[in-house]
Amino acid sequence: MVTDADVPVLELEGVRKTFGSVVALADGTLTVHPGSVHALVGENGAGKSTLIKIVAGLHKRDEGVFRFRGAGAEFSSTADAKAAGIAVIYQEPTLFPDLSVTENIFMGRQPLGGGRRIDKHAMVNEALRIFDRLGVDLDPHRPAQGLSIADQQIIEIAKAISLDAHLLIMDEPTAALSGMEVERLFNVTRSLRDEGRGIVFISHRFDEVFDLSDTITVMRDGSYIGTVATDETTNDELVTMMVGREVKDLYPKTPAEIGEAVLEVEGLNSAGTFHDVSFNVRAGEIVGLAGLVGAGRSEIARAVFGVDPYDSGTVKLAGQHIPKHRPAAAIEAGMALVPEDRRQQGLVVESSVAENIGAAIRGHLQKFGIITRSAENRAASSWAGRLQVKTAAMSMNAATMSGGNQQKVVIAKWLATDPKLLIIDEPTRGIDVGTKSEVHRLLSQLAGEGMAILMISSELPEVLGMADRVLVVSEGRITAELAREDATPEKVMHAATVRREEAIENSGSSPADHLATAGEVNGR
Amino acid sequence: MSTVALSKPSHMRNAQRFAKNVVTSREMAIVLVILAVIATATSLNQNFLFSSQGWRDLLLTPSILMVLAIGSAIVIVTRNVDLSVGSTLAITAYMTGRLFIDFPGIPIIGVILIGVAVGAGLGLINGLLVAFGKVPALVVTLGTMYIYRGVVLTWAGSDRINASDMPREFLNLGTMQIATIPLLTIAAVVVLIAAVYWLNSTRSGREMYAIGSNPEAATLYGLPSTKRIIVAFVIGGALAGLAGVMYAARYGTVSAGAGMTWELNAIGAAVIGGVAIFGGSGTVWGAALGAILLMTINRTLPIMGVPDFWQRAVVGALIIGAIVLDRYLAARQTRKLQEARDET
Repeated sequence: MVTDADVPVLELEGVRKTFGSVVALADGTLTVHPGSVHALVGENGAGKSTLIKIVAGLHKRDEGVFRFRGAGAEFSSTADAKAAGIAVIYQEPTLFPDLSVTENIFMGRQPLGGGRRIDKHAMVNEALRIFDRLGVDLDPHRPAQGLSIADQQIIEIAKAISLDAHLLIMDEPTAALSGMEVERLFNVTRSLRDEGRGIVFISHRFDEVFDLSDTITVMRDGSYIGTVATDETTNDELVTMMVGREVKDLYPKTPAEIGEAVLEVEGLNSAGTFHDVSFNVRAGEIVGLAGLVGAGRSEIARAVFGVDPYDSGTVKLAGQHIPKHRPAAAIEAGMALVPEDRRQQGLVVESSVAENIGAAIRGHLQKFGIITRSAENRAASSWAGRLQVKTAAMSMNAATMSGGNQQKVVIAKWLATDPKLLIIDEPTRGIDVGTKSEVHRLLSQLAGEGMAILMISSELPEVLGMADRVLVVSEGRITAELAREDATPEKVMHAATVRREEAIENSGSSPADHLATAGEVNGR
Repeated sequence: MSTVALSKPSHMRNAQRFAKNVVTSREMAIVLVILAVIATATSLNQNFLFSSQGWRDLLLTPSILMVLAIGSAIVIVTRNVDLSVGSTLAITAYMTGRLFIDFPGIPIIGVILIGVAVGAGLGLINGLLVAFGKVPALVVTLGTMYIYRGVVLTWAGSDRINASDMPREFLNLGTMQIATIPLLTIAAVVVLIAAVYWLNSTRSGREMYAIGSNPEAATLYGLPSTKRIIVAFVIGGALAGLAGVMYAARYGTVSAGAGMTWELNAIGAAVIGGVAIFGGSGTVWGAALGAILLMTINRTLPIMGVPDFWQRAVVGALIIGAIVLDRYLAARQTRKLQEARDET
């Protein structure tokens, strides 16, 4: 591949993208040179994915400069970006499960023979040639269904190679890979780099960033923070750039009396999702469940609540055994779950606020099997008032409310059941800053009243600011348990990015030790 | 501990691979079931197979449903469904008669082409509503099923087309045989071969599967999903239009109730033939064989002395059985692969 080394493959400057009132990307700036592996790092929600989607032609930028190979670029679809020579490997490989590996590589661009007939023979040979180059041994005829994530990623890379892409973007490609698979991926990446292609590499694992990249760009809160040469920076400098602020002050966490264990989870296993998960949450305590997206945090919460089944292990609430896969029993016992995706799972968006809040306690509201609107409104107003849900009337449709108010309605709905344990998944995702602190204050207040809270969050400052104790999940295992005083961004990041092998090695030092330490600290 | 779990390429030669695929395929299983059904029926009544009438009916009866099922399979492969094909069939079947009555001397080929074109037009309406209205195909085509049926009910009223209204030569097409093979069966087979070629060997055909297999991935690949989905409905409608003309030729009488519930038979045939109801997999071969199996069983059960009610129940059981089998096999496969991954 012949490329002028002086002209950057990709140049972004001040690229902005908003969705409604939410600014997803305020200042996207990135310059990638040919023959370079450029790491893009930042916390979850820093705007990396939005930036990539703009480059991939999935979103259109609102403003800013976007040049590809020296020329201004306007992609109105992924097909345009692809035709220009941009290949993207998403965190979750996006393949056609029913089609063969070969077809997945060439879909939409199959080599044609006479009469516009697909030349299957040439296609398979080309696939084999690419696999050979990548040093992998895949049957080109097998369906993509059931391939390991690693092999799926190889297909994505094969796609990029067959495109002869000038720019290859990899969005957390190693998130689900084991050590050897990562090594194979890196070797391929280096050989692509040596051919003069530009590569953007997104990863949360610093060891990988330092291993693979030559340049690093840091983003935070949708903005460009800085670009450094990999061999001139350190782990600490990067973390500081990424976190960039003193986090504790922002969070109105008040100390609460910590009581008896409310939730006790022991040896929870679910094949392919999480393994050997044990922890407890005590009355008045906020336990933060930290980790990368896809680490298995939400899955653990869903299993505890009974939405998803699990293979083995026990869940106890206030000493009472909770049967698996029966959310109704969990609710009855005093558990509440505020799900991650409130529009899809937590809220009947077409219904009124009162109906939504009343939904979880319908059983108590009804008289002779009939629910009156006034009973519903009465029950709802007390909670909505307390949460300061800003809606003109209780009859307003939940769909038309802001994200923050929607979240409050969902929380109100569950608080109305008077739970002993509140599981809350990404409590402030997509919520403006002002409402965020209201939600935080509420959580703190509830804990103060003796409620046990299990909070899942991808926002590190939130976890560190709110939690009495932080459990870090990586690849379906709890890899660290940190008391509030000990929890630093570095420690959490490190535990969240340990790979499976290391996690298994470390599991020799028993989790019980951690528990004891944490207990002492919190007992003070 | 081998961390790189790669599937070894099977070093089979193409011919071997082809033979293996054919023998283990869903289609082969259906062929065997069809043969078993025919053997059973023939053992009870020799005329089922060994009479010129029996042979002709065996081939002729499934031909119209085959055409409909091929169209349904194409739509279902894209993760959509078309419930309106029975009503479309009724419109074009009735229209065929009207054309012969209202325009005496109209060429037969012209009538066939108009029937196909009208069917394609009705399919286009479905496709546009689904693609641009962002309404699920199930709802859209449920609506157009009633609307199209309403059109033909209003148009025909209690009137019906009789064999005497249509020219001899046209009706002959419905019964004509070439080397003992009925012409309508040949037509269905030609449609089948064309559909197989298109779906297997052209870019647009393969994209149909891709879109049904994973719509989000199709967007990320930059495939023209909207256009392809519209095309699927147009083809489904055109085939229903053709089936309507075939219906008029075969039966000679057409009332406003023609082809009622045939859309369900067509979908059933596709499902029995291994077309996944959520799109992305299955073949039109399978759908056509499913149609043959359905119609053959329908004719066999009375011979076996099975009462009418149970005949329908058998069809229902067949459909549920086919889906349960698919689900079971898929779940087992997923489970196996997951466990294998956890172990590495």
